[in-house]
Amino acid sequence: MRVKRWSSVVLVMMLSAAVALTGCGSSNNGAAGTNAGTNGGENTPSASVQDTLIIGRGGDSASLDAAIVTDGESLKIAHQVYDSLVEYKEGTTEVQGSLAEDWAVSEDGLTYTFNLRQGVKFHDGTDFNADAVVFNFTRWSDPASEYKFEGDSFDYYDSMFGPDGKRVIKEVKASDASTVEITLNQPQAPFLQNLAMTSFGIASPTAIQEKKENFKNEPVGTGPFVFKEWKRNDSITLEKNVDYWKEGLPKLNKVIVRSIPDNSARFNALQSGEIDLMEDLSPDDLATLEANSELQKIERPSNNVGYVGFNLKKEPFNDVKVRQALSHAVNKQAIIDAFFAGQAEPAKNPMPPSLWGYNDSITDYEYDLEKAKSLLADAGYADGLPGEYTFYAMPVPRPYMPDGKKVAEVIQADFEKIGVKVNIESPEWATYLDDAQAGEKDDLFMLGWTGDNGDPDNFLYALLDKDASNNYSYYANDELHELLVAAQTETEQSKREELYKQAQEIIKVDAPWIPLVHTTPLLAAKANLKGYVPAPTGTEYYSNIHFE
Amino acid sequence: MKAYILKRLFIMIPVLIGMTIIVFSIIHAIPGDPAETILGQKATEQSKEALREQLGLNNPWYQQYFTYMGDLLKGDLGQSIRTRVPIAQEITPYLAATAELTIAAMAFAIFFGVNAGIISAWKQNSWFDYISMLIALIGVSMPIFWLGLMEQWIFSLKLHWLPSIGRMNQRDPVEAVTNLYLIDSMIAGRWDQLWTVVRHLILPSVALGTIPMAVIARMTRSSMLEVMSSDFVRTARAKGLSQFIVVYKHALKNAFIPVLTVIGLQTGALLGGAVLTETIFAWPGVGRYIYEAISSRDYPVIQSGILIIAFLFVFINLIVDLLYAAVDPRIRYR
Repeated sequence: MRVKRWSSVVLVMMLSAAVALTGCGSSNNGAAGTNAGTNGGENTPSASVQDTLIIGRGGDSASLDAAIVTDGESLKIAHQVYDSLVEYKEGTTEVQGSLAEDWAVSEDGLTYTFNLRQGVKFHDGTDFNADAVVFNFTRWSDPASEYKFEGDSFDYYDSMFGPDGKRVIKEVKASDASTVEITLNQPQAPFLQNLAMTSFGIASPTAIQEKKENFKNEPVGTGPFVFKEWKRNDSITLEKNVDYWKEGLPKLNKVIVRSIPDNSARFNALQSGEIDLMEDLSPDDLATLEANSELQKIERPSNNVGYVGFNLKKEPFNDVKVRQALSHAVNKQAIIDAFFAGQAEPAKNPMPPSLWGYNDSITDYEYDLEKAKSLLADAGYADGLPGEYTFYAMPVPRPYMPDGKKVAEVIQADFEKIGVKVNIESPEWATYLDDAQAGEKDDLFMLGWTGDNGDPDNFLYALLDKDASNNYSYYANDELHELLVAAQTETEQSKREELYKQAQEIIKVDAPWIPLVHTTPLLAAKANLKGYVPAPTGTEYYSNIHFE
Repeated sequence: MKAYILKRLFIMIPVLIGMTIIVFSIIHAIPGDPAETILGQKATEQSKEALREQLGLNNPWYQQYFTYMGDLLKGDLGQSIRTRVPIAQEITPYLAATAELTIAAMAFAIFFGVNAGIISAWKQNSWFDYISMLIALIGVSMPIFWLGLMEQWIFSLKLHWLPSIGRMNQRDPVEAVTNLYLIDSMIAGRWDQLWTVVRHLILPSVALGTIPMAVIARMTRSSMLEVMSSDFVRTARAKGLSQFIVVYKHALKNAFIPVLTVIGLQTGALLGGAVLTETIFAWPGVGRYIYEAISSRDYPVIQSGILIIAFLFVFINLIVDLLYAAVDPRIRYR
């Protein structure tokens, strides 16, 4: 009896498998042309112009509350849902009005008066006004705010406008329904530049009050797209904001952003038409892309740096001569030719040349192994360095470094030639970052940075000042510190430029890093996709995108 | 039979407790600072310290363990650090996605594996035998990553027969009720979508099912060979039964116990071991869910996720054991 029941289960399983497979078989045997047709039909449901965009990217968002996130994948979505008071002009880091139509700055640079755009509504139907702006700023700045939910921290607010106790913004108040006045404790040169960042998008106060902790899963702003659905690790669906204040935008009806972690699989999906646009094209696939007339290459403006950092806590890398010697032993151009498919340029400064304040008069340490050897000899290491050193190479592809381990191997081989033996280690990414920050296990490490807001402060101070939390080299130079702090408070652009140029000269001589490359991150899309202008900051509106 | 089931369930208790201890210990041995990973590279030290305090990460490990066990007994799997959503609620769609893929993969593996094994044993040393065992050998050693990408390249890019990624047509989705899209599309009465869902299932389930198929085929063959030479099979043949009935009815029934063991173990392994397949095919399953949790150091999710998979593994083995008893009555009287 039992046996029969069991065998019938197996029978059913087999039958169902058989049914599924016959289905598959018939599809295979049936004319391939018909199926190709079905496939095409699946991608373009109607004969009219396509109005749904599917984007494939490597990872998912962490949260959709713009104010609490710092990772690029979260900010990309937040950018569609929220508007900030000011925004960057498409494809640049130049500031223009957004929710604030215009503004006035007082003589002393301490008071900014913003005239807000009128008639703008949040996606939940509530009005955008000066009170909403004040609500958001209070939420970000008041450590006791009841809308700072468990586990939340407003990291970008703290790092751009100073942590609690050292706030740059003194007060934000509503003069009337459509005027906001922001008073600063001290002038901040990149103030508007900072304000335009996605993290300072204005969220609907009503939605935050009602949804509380859940707001980070169901964001409400004034942006071009309305949040619809989030299937974690799978997709985020956005729909057109029909009341968007920018006339005629967005052009798309719907945007679906999918997580497809594997680079090759993502490119496969683009080629087979399952997605329309993909981020982070591997340079290896560039040739295939360019041979396919149905696809196009899109370049994101370069705004990053990939580098090898020395750990100055460790002997002998605290010796500037050793660092300079090793700087002569890296063949940047060869690395670019081998691993970047030409989509990068050698770096000589810690900030990209696309940024103002870049010091182009600096000459890089040229690739010269003899010179490296003689510098090592000067430092007292005529026979090369005595020990074996740990060289951390990142385990995951980053926009500034598609294959950290292979690049590290090339550097390792060159170091060997001047008598420096390094062992490459690549622990899992989260551990990697912890270790690099702690500076205990690594002697050298590879990392990089993508600019957030188009200000040199975001590179030089953030990564190399003695007080910066991202200074994993533990490099400290008081002269540099003074320059960088002076540049933060100086409001005159030309003076700031001069200060940053001087800073780069100091850094060049001290050589806490070997700057490797500035890359041009690649995206790929269907050839008929138009109106997509990638921003140097990594986040841009999808509102102008359309299909032809 | 009831006593046997009860006994088996009782034995599971220490196994489950042991599991929680092991999972908890392993996770707490992972180096690194979750606060930093959660808040990102650009976080300040104060906010990190505040988060550590909130999450109880500053407490001694045994205190954290007992808190965890207490919550578990209440049926509370905890809350994801990253998303703040209760894990029991959050994990359901992933489990459903994995279940759908696992069932499809195992259906593929069992159907082809068992039949190839039977026929190979039946026609021992024939060309079919040689070829299918060669395929089985290749199948066991095939890297899933490579197989998956090759499938996409051939069947999706070159031939345009099947979609390369995902679970359904995103441009025209079906409402998720059970999160088993085969069932959801039937509920919605969307037969065109059902067909799309089936087509999306084929490539990943073949990739995932290839190793179990090969293992099952080899096990079935050797087990069948043993049984085919036994007396009762000769008797059945002597009775004049058709070769087909002898093989598929009499011999298979007796040869099936070791095969069943393999099927159980392989199913369990697929539940958690599908990360590679899920990655290549952008399949939002539980393997990727846990993988993502690992890279963001989402301790509660890693703990609960591994625990659920371990539980399912034990549960599937229980079912297999009960099936033995059903197949072979001698077992339950032992």
